[in-house]
Amino acid sequence: MIPKDLRYTKDHEWVRLEGEEARVGITHHAQQQLGDIVFVELPPLGKKTQRGERLATVESVKAVGEVFAPLSGEVVAVNDALAGAPDLVNKDPYGQGWLCTLKVSAPREADALLDAAGYEAFVEGSG
Amino acid sequence: MNPYLPHTAEDVRAMLDAIGLPDVEALFNDIPRAVRERYRPVGLPARDELAVQRHVIGLAEHSAGRRLIPFLGGGLYDHYIPPVVGHVLSRSEFSTAYTPYQAELSQGTLTWMFEFQTMICELAGMEVANASMYDGATALAEAVLMAHRTVGGKVVLAPRSLLPHLREVVATYAWGAGLALHEVPYGEDGRLALGQIPAGTCALIVQQPNGFGILEDLTGLKDCLDKAFLIAYVNPIPLAVIEPPGSFGADVIVGEGQPLGNPLSFGGPLLGFFATRMAHLRRMPGRVSGQTQDVEGRLGYVMTFQTREQHIRREGATSNICTNSALCALAATVYLAALGPNGLRRVALLCYERAHALAERITSLPGYCLAFEGLFFHEFVVRCPDPEGAVAKLRRAGIAVLPPDVLAPMGVRDGFLVAVTEKRTEGELDRFAAALEGR
Amino acid sequence: MSTIYDRGAPGRRAVALPPLTKTEQEILGAIPAGLRRREGPRLPEVSQPDLVRHYTALSRKNYGVDTGFYPLGSCTMKHNPKLHEDLARHPGFADLHPLLPVEECQGALALLWEMGECLKGIAGMPGITLQPAAGAHGELTGMLLLKRWLEDRGELGVRTKILLPDSAHGTNPASAAMAGFSVVSLPSDQRGMVDVEALKRALGPDVAGIMLTVPNTLGIFEEDILTVTELVHDAGGLCYFDGANLNAYLGRARPGDMGADVFHINLHKTFSTPHGGGGPGAGPVTVSASLLPYLPVPDIVREGARFKLVWDRPKSIGRVHPYYGNVLVIVRALAYILTLGDEGLREASAGAVLAANYLKAKLKGAYRLPYDRLAKHEFVLSGEGVGEGVRTFDIAKRLMDYGFHPPTIYFPLIVREALMIEPTETEPKEVLDAFAEAMLRIAAEAREHPELLREAPHATPVRRLDEARAVREPRLRLDLGCVG
Repeated sequence: MIPKDLRYTKDHEWVRLEGEEARVGITHHAQQQLGDIVFVELPPLGKKTQRGERLATVESVKAVGEVFAPLSGEVVAVNDALAGAPDLVNKDPYGQGWLCTLKVSAPREADALLDAAGYEAFVEGSG
Repeated sequence: MNPYLPHTAEDVRAMLDAIGLPDVEALFNDIPRAVRERYRPVGLPARDELAVQRHVIGLAEHSAGRRLIPFLGGGLYDHYIPPVVGHVLSRSEFSTAYTPYQAELSQGTLTWMFEFQTMICELAGMEVANASMYDGATALAEAVLMAHRTVGGKVVLAPRSLLPHLREVVATYAWGAGLALHEVPYGEDGRLALGQIPAGTCALIVQQPNGFGILEDLTGLKDCLDKAFLIAYVNPIPLAVIEPPGSFGADVIVGEGQPLGNPLSFGGPLLGFFATRMAHLRRMPGRVSGQTQDVEGRLGYVMTFQTREQHIRREGATSNICTNSALCALAATVYLAALGPNGLRRVALLCYERAHALAERITSLPGYCLAFEGLFFHEFVVRCPDPEGAVAKLRRAGIAVLPPDVLAPMGVRDGFLVAVTEKRTEGELDRFAAALEGR
Repeated sequence: MSTIYDRGAPGRRAVALPPLTKTEQEILGAIPAGLRRREGPRLPEVSQPDLVRHYTALSRKNYGVDTGFYPLGSCTMKHNPKLHEDLARHPGFADLHPLLPVEECQGALALLWEMGECLKGIAGMPGITLQPAAGAHGELTGMLLLKRWLEDRGELGVRTKILLPDSAHGTNPASAAMAGFSVVSLPSDQRGMVDVEALKRALGPDVAGIMLTVPNTLGIFEEDILTVTELVHDAGGLCYFDGANLNAYLGRARPGDMGADVFHINLHKTFSTPHGGGGPGAGPVTVSASLLPYLPVPDIVREGARFKLVWDRPKSIGRVHPYYGNVLVIVRALAYILTLGDEGLREASAGAVLAANYLKAKLKGAYRLPYDRLAKHEFVLSGEGVGEGVRTFDIAKRLMDYGFHPPTIYFPLIVREALMIEPTETEPKEVLDAFAEAMLRIAAEAREHPELLREAPHATPVRRLDEARAVREPRLRLDLGCVG
């Protein structure tokens, strides 16, 4: 449930690095904790964000999950399919349930992200 | 002493034994001794039900105003409440329930909330309504906060003709949120005279009918506002026959629902209603009931869009409101269902007809005229040389109108406000005119 | 579940109204076409029996305190005495207009003044406003009082933070935010109380005050309360007390003696007024001497045998209610206080705390009790680990099969799978025993037949409604496209 080719944060975001761009979503663990996702609020295209800033909101019926920018950059794509089908985040968190893509402005920040093993250890450690 | 406490001495002993404590006082050992020692009783004896009844009814009967014929308005009105409303409300499955957090045990409440939301949307010409706010004034204040959250800007345009107690509540909330109220003047006809829209405006408030009872023309107002909200504070009774502000592009419609089947109650509890457009749903304050299905596919209702609310979003919530005016909203629901579209129209037209009949009689007296020429609905300002004297004459004839000083904050010092509902009879209108005439 | 719109037929009515003198057309003709309503509101058209039967049917799909045991934590669902309902309906209150001149409403003003005196005495604090219409409204009023106090001392914009224990009700942070404060969460310690060391670290010149719930939402009395309030005062802040849990120490302790500067009282909890399916309530606020100048106007003042309204309070925050507060709720609560007197109030808290500790003793073997201390009027269990694949949600639903309203669930947030139980003093021991018996049987079922819980409730009009669907496909009003 933790793909090897992605990087992770302790806030349960995943990042797929592809050249200058980084696709962002929330992990299987995060969607499971939230339950049935009913609404996703995505950032506007062109928004410039700093690492750690609030980037998106993922809501279930009884909980609100804040998604923080794993890297600094500019929002260059958002997953419009989530407006009509927010449950894609539940069904396919690493695929069709992606949230947005950032054009990374400080690539070195990626060094601080966890790899799959590191994230797995973190999730198990935090119970 | 406490008649509502069922525990016998044996019960208390058995419960203490189960807990493993020697006596009741030991249950309070965790309260610091210093705090317990500082305690002083209020000095209240226990009383029997008969004594309490005598005392409280004595106070109720001590208010002389209850024997006067009311021509009182200013936001709350003496309408006829069909007894069927009270009888439905006395079903204590409604009145002794909590907020419907457990849907399976609350379908009664959730269903009437859904009906209420439907009826308010119909009256207001809007897409979505919540299940009530405390009162019209705080509903208006919350609408202003919502406008600020949605479009930014810290300037709120409030008409000078807005009822003073509404303005004061809005001003308190606005100050808390760091917003500033700017006054919009009225013209000779008593209607809003909107000038330039200041930069940073987040909302224009318009009251329909306004604080003088005059109908505002909302045509074109929204076009002047750019992104800023048009917030309409409405009286629901005239809405039966007056085009609702929703048709004029209003973003939020709020109002006081007391005229819909709720008594005057010396000003509380009241019923705030709040309606807006679906696009603004996620910024709306207050509870909402929504239709869904259960595991067997049956229709049912739940509280929904709760992530807006304080118990989930905490400091990020759209409002802190939790307890609302549920039972007053049930009264309004039953009232509207009892009257139906024809009954509500009848009530509105009776109010209009009788108010205009009284205004005609008053203005035919020498020295009395209407303060404004704009069309009023069921409330109007009478201008005369000695308003205090006129009110005193009415009082001697057993008639109550609002004290003239209610109008002072709206800039009127030579008149008094008269409201007429369907409850006022021909004979009472005659008595009113005769009293002013000095007959 | 059918709605009132499913009943009736065009032309039916439930009320006979007076006739018009003119025709509708004549009257409407006087209203300019641009103002006249083009399409009337679509409302139900029902006969009186239609109407009565519909709402009677709905009432039977509801559960109230008059139906049965309602141990909803933090809500104090005690009996609502019936005398009070009659008193509140008296036309001397119900039909009185709030803008009548003061000489015409002396009785109602006297009642409000008397209530103010009683509540000041109960709180041990010198000032009061009866205006707030609910607990959260009282919290907002309190936060605005703090804000005015800061403004008056030139500290507005300097002291911007409100400290909040992590066990607080959601209304607390929401109210602080509405008054423009930012919120800092304080952790609870292992005892479930405010962590005094963490408090010391959080205090500073940017702190406006703290919001405390006493006893806290775990039902535990803050034993260090005097230290906590002293630390906050020494750091230049004020102490807000959330009075939702006043039933725990009524007649035995007063917030004023614990260092409270602002205190709100939920009349619909502690003082027995019905909750109405969510409202109306009332949330009067008492204040310490330092906040007296800022209270809302008008103030109700007694002069000899007369009562008057005083507006001359230049530092007041202004009005928070358009009139005087929820008067009919206040009538009921005053009747309650007058019936009980000091001794009866003291007995109420004794009964409430006794019942809570009794249930806790009976249930703690079968459910995890994360904080095993003397409880006040309520206590918190956890449904965690009670059975394979069973959650607190399932326990709550199963309780319905046994005829009980479930406790508050998933609050406070600091306990996983929380079950917050508040029995109140008005339930007889046999009801407490029956509830405990049901809870114990459910714990056994959770181990042996967990599907009984996961599929519960079995006998309610609807079962496990799809809340996700309610948000994904919002239906928040009836679609009247096909009606009339």
